[in-house]
Amino acid sequence: MKIKGGPDGGRLAAKKDNLRLRARIIQSIRNFFAFRDYLEIDTPNRIPAPAPEAHIDAFPSGEWFLHTSPELCMKRLLSSGYPRIFQICKCYRGAERGERHLPEFTLLEWYRADADYYGLMEECEDLLLHLARVLSGGASLLFRGERISLEKPWARMTIRDVFTRYSPVPLEDALVSGNFDEIMAFEIEPRLPKEKPTFLYDYPVSLGALARAGRSDHTVAERFELYLGGVELVNAFSELTDPDEQKRRFELEKKCRLLRGGVIYPDPVKFLECLPQMPESAGAALGLDRLVMIFCDAGRIDDVVAFTPEEL
Amino acid sequence: MYTASDLRKGLRIKIEGDPYVITEFNFVKPGKGQSLYRCKLRNMITGAQFERTFREVDTFEPADLQQKAMQYLYREEDQYVFMDNETYEQVYLTQEQVGDARNFLIDNLEVEVLLFEDRPIGVTLPNSVDLTVVKAEPWAKGDSVSGNYKPVVLETGYRILVPPFVEEGEKIRVDTRTGAYLTRVK
Repeated sequence: MKIKGGPDGGRLAAKKDNLRLRARIIQSIRNFFAFRDYLEIDTPNRIPAPAPEAHIDAFPSGEWFLHTSPELCMKRLLSSGYPRIFQICKCYRGAERGERHLPEFTLLEWYRADADYYGLMEECEDLLLHLARVLSGGASLLFRGERISLEKPWARMTIRDVFTRYSPVPLEDALVSGNFDEIMAFEIEPRLPKEKPTFLYDYPVSLGALARAGRSDHTVAERFELYLGGVELVNAFSELTDPDEQKRRFELEKKCRLLRGGVIYPDPVKFLECLPQMPESAGAALGLDRLVMIFCDAGRIDDVVAFTPEEL
Repeated sequence: MYTASDLRKGLRIKIEGDPYVITEFNFVKPGKGQSLYRCKLRNMITGAQFERTFREVDTFEPADLQQKAMQYLYREEDQYVFMDNETYEQVYLTQEQVGDARNFLIDNLEVEVLLFEDRPIGVTLPNSVDLTVVKAEPWAKGDSVSGNYKPVVLETGYRILVPPFVEEGEKIRVDTRTGAYLTRVK
């Protein structure tokens, strides 16, 4: 086939295999969730009040904002009799650009009533195994020179475990000194097993603004992150359904935002009003571009989208 | 003033009074945590390199750097003397500041001198320079197999590999970025 010239010709042609696989991944995700009786839904990208999370910044859009995730609208559906829902949508986060970050990126987000974060760990395992079998013809993936086996069981380590094992300073000290993120990024993440997917779970409660506190240990949030081939792929938690606790958590996040000079958004009032009706549930967000990176064995997020902001 | 989100490869910033260039840049943001900007930096005066992680609250002064067109005049012991083409003012660079460029500096060569806060700190040469061969073994016929190179000495004292047909007294063009022979100049 003749490749058209112009500014994009060679660049876009070189991405064709990746973009084809991306389309097949999205199709297979839809099949997976449809088969499990999830309803695909579609919530607005422009919203009046994003969740006040300490380090996530929304782009203004007129008087409103572009959503940073579809979380609040999806939870309103969950609260109104939609027990299994998923969505694949664009999300927007300010000042996030790197080898694994785009300010406009694609998220797969799903919620399930009557499940907790352990249930979603299993669902992550099932989803990835399904995709690998359909798209790669087996239960393993080759990513950046490492073979990742997706056979269950996957590794599960608490945040306390990984700090004990890999961090030069104890967890409590890291939280007090504000170095938790540095230690996660530069000490722990590089040392996580590469040959198996790994769930890190039970984050400090201060790092899960919308997550339920542990039943027995109130200092942790029932939150997990899934790492695949060293890539942080999924963030998930058992949902916090107590409106008063949620308001307190939001106030803490707003304080952090104020301290770092972030914009203070209007309170998401309608979301808070729905919480008393929200069933026990759990939800997960998966970075779809990063998932495609792993399946394409791509080193940069730029390789799996047609256009980066710099190319527009 | 730059903020951390302006950081990128090649950006030149001032830290503790010295100019630095960012040679490697990586943005990371673990979980719902804060943005981290992992940089490798090189001191543009001393060449020293180090790695540092910045946060979004960090701010940076741009390094006040400019390139000025100058002419290389001569060497005076350990000093290399250049003349500003506009002001005819003379500026001096040490052997260390000149670095590998000394292999290609010939009198009256037009160069760019890099100034940090009006102090000269380095020199950029044209991509290629023509230099005279001052010492070469004669071309022994039959030695002319391609890929067969011989060492010669140039007028600056620089030793370089050239094809065997290059003779003493001839001029050759040299790539100043790689230090390699390009072609013979008639």
